[in-house]
Amino acid sequence: MNNEPMLTEFGKIFLFLLLAIIFVVMGLFTARLIRPSRPTKEKLLTYECGEDSEGSSWIKFNIRFYVIALIFIIFDVELVLLVPWLLVYKEIGFTAFFVGFIFMFLLAAGMVYEWKKGDLEWARPKPIIPVLNRTIKPLPENAFATQETPSSEVTG
Amino acid sequence: MTLETVLFWIFGGLAVVAAIATITRKNPVISALFLILNFGGLAGLYLLLNAQFIAVVQIIVYAGAIMVLFLFVIMLLRPDDEKSFFAENKQIKWTGIAIGTFLFAQLAYVIFVGVPKQSIVRDAQRSVEIGTIESIGRALFTQFLVPFEAIAFVLLAATIGALVLAKKKFD
Amino acid sequence: MEMWFAFVVALLKVIIIAHVVLITVSYLVYFERKISAWAQNRIGPNRVGPAGLLQPFADVLKLLLKEDIVPTNANKKIHTLAPILALFVAMGTFAVIPIGPSITLFGIVNPFVVADVNIGILYVLALTSIGVYAITFAGWSSGSKYSLIGGVRSSAQMISYEISMGFSIAGVLLFAGSLSPQMIVESQSGLMWNALLQPIGFITFVVAAFAETNRLPFDLPEAEPELVGGFHTEYSSMKFAGFFLAEYANMIIASSLIVTLYLGGWQVPFLEKLGLSEGVNAAIQVGSFFVKMGVLLFFFIWVRWSLPRFRYDQLMDLGWKVMFPLSLLNVVWAAVLAMWIK
Repeated sequence: MNNEPMLTEFGKIFLFLLLAIIFVVMGLFTARLIRPSRPTKEKLLTYECGEDSEGSSWIKFNIRFYVIALIFIIFDVELVLLVPWLLVYKEIGFTAFFVGFIFMFLLAAGMVYEWKKGDLEWARPKPIIPVLNRTIKPLPENAFATQETPSSEVTG
Repeated sequence: MTLETVLFWIFGGLAVVAAIATITRKNPVISALFLILNFGGLAGLYLLLNAQFIAVVQIIVYAGAIMVLFLFVIMLLRPDDEKSFFAENKQIKWTGIAIGTFLFAQLAYVIFVGVPKQSIVRDAQRSVEIGTIESIGRALFTQFLVPFEAIAFVLLAATIGALVLAKKKFD
Repeated sequence: MEMWFAFVVALLKVIIIAHVVLITVSYLVYFERKISAWAQNRIGPNRVGPAGLLQPFADVLKLLLKEDIVPTNANKKIHTLAPILALFVAMGTFAVIPIGPSITLFGIVNPFVVADVNIGILYVLALTSIGVYAITFAGWSSGSKYSLIGGVRSSAQMISYEISMGFSIAGVLLFAGSLSPQMIVESQSGLMWNALLQPIGFITFVVAAFAETNRLPFDLPEAEPELVGGFHTEYSSMKFAGFFLAEYANMIIASSLIVTLYLGGWQVPFLEKLGLSEGVNAAIQVGSFFVKMGVLLFFFIWVRWSLPRFRYDQLMDLGWKVMFPLSLLNVVWAAVLAMWIK
């Protein structure tokens, strides 16, 4: 009779995580004990290339980040749902084969929709390439002949 | 007290404290941080119940994916905007309290009245085999084939719907 | 009694692994500097100790003694929490990585892994998804524009590549039929390495691993020319060291995961034919794990000093339009192959 609870594998992980936290916090705490602390007003300013910082630091940013997070959630859920399928695939055989393929087909359909609608597009740089709109007369054949200077005088 | 009971109180306490902190913090980003901690506590509780798949999904999907979206939304709206939003809308506060009370009453009913005690005990004993991912997979691909495919369709609809709504809102 | 014995064994393993990881991490920094010096025709660190071998300790001591500067604009608590979270996540992942076969020592079976859980790979994915927050919170709490932009960019990058990473792993899981890393290693006996069976998945996983660890060519979060230091612009002293160590610990995790999932883990093909004793076999196998890992780490560093950085739109295009379809294709390929082999 063994009524004592065994330390399960999850218990070991819990222990490991606890130790990881303790270790990290200890490291930071030791540093706190021995390091100097001489703050000045200038030292504690936010870094902005040596200038005084301008406006709030919590700026608004591009809406695309939000759309990416939205797409991420959906595919993450699909991935997690696919995990049970992966594990029993070999046991179940052809049923699993077809079920999984319909699932992945629909997943791909979602991806194609996003692609076609342009939600995966990121802002591209739009370089302004200079365009000449008037024709240039071709140079005469002897254009460079008159400008030639003897190089020996310069380097000498 | 067995080790399991101790762990139950640790994870349960963590979840409760984090949940309270989530709704009492003024700064929405810190609220989000506590909500992540709350999900962590809940995942620990699921593990104690041998529901490994649900525990890990709780972390991957809720703590790892949905909270990223929350954070992005909070960061998109500036923090000062957020404060004025809650200060000016007193109705929202009262609606929230009403809905919360209703939900709590519902939960209390389910826990204390709605479910007979025996079935809980029986399910707890079976939970050891039920919780593993392999058994979930076996059940999904023998008994629940149609619901599984339905999920795929629902997710496709969610993809399209979410993107359409997101664009409508921000364009 | 047995419970306490198991507890002590587990504790010992935890402590040993934690220290091995830390020493490896600090020497990885040394090797990164040496290899970069080699790549750029320099000498690299050579003053502290013979051939500069004591340099990591000097670095740690220096960082310990540096003043910790937290900007007045920052949110102090979260500013401190972010590096703790980064390092915690990086170290926590080591718990499930098997570095050798089980050996019998003092009458009990000792697996060369801290915890052989049956959801090991999902545990790794879960911790990776938590790791995103370390950078997001670091960026948000610093109260600096560079940090915020770096943090948000980085979290978008990490979640994008997490998807392709997950789907690349899916092919491996399908072959092994298990989430336990030890089982995945055992399923690749002989030369049935997943890298050979699923080359597409192998490549997408390696690329995604580079992106997840924020290494060049994916180090957009800290792109120096435009964002100063990205999310750790406002970090100094041990808190900076936290992020720094976490980056290198993540590299070790990434390469040991690649070894475990795709390169047969600790297995040496056809070793059992030599007929050596159990102990010698185990030693060779553990050694082979570290050799494979070392080669991959060299590859990580080599790439860093050879390739330029992506532009952000190129990075997102690669993640969603190339990596994601390819990793999905790999799942289909793995499913067909598994059917065919059977």
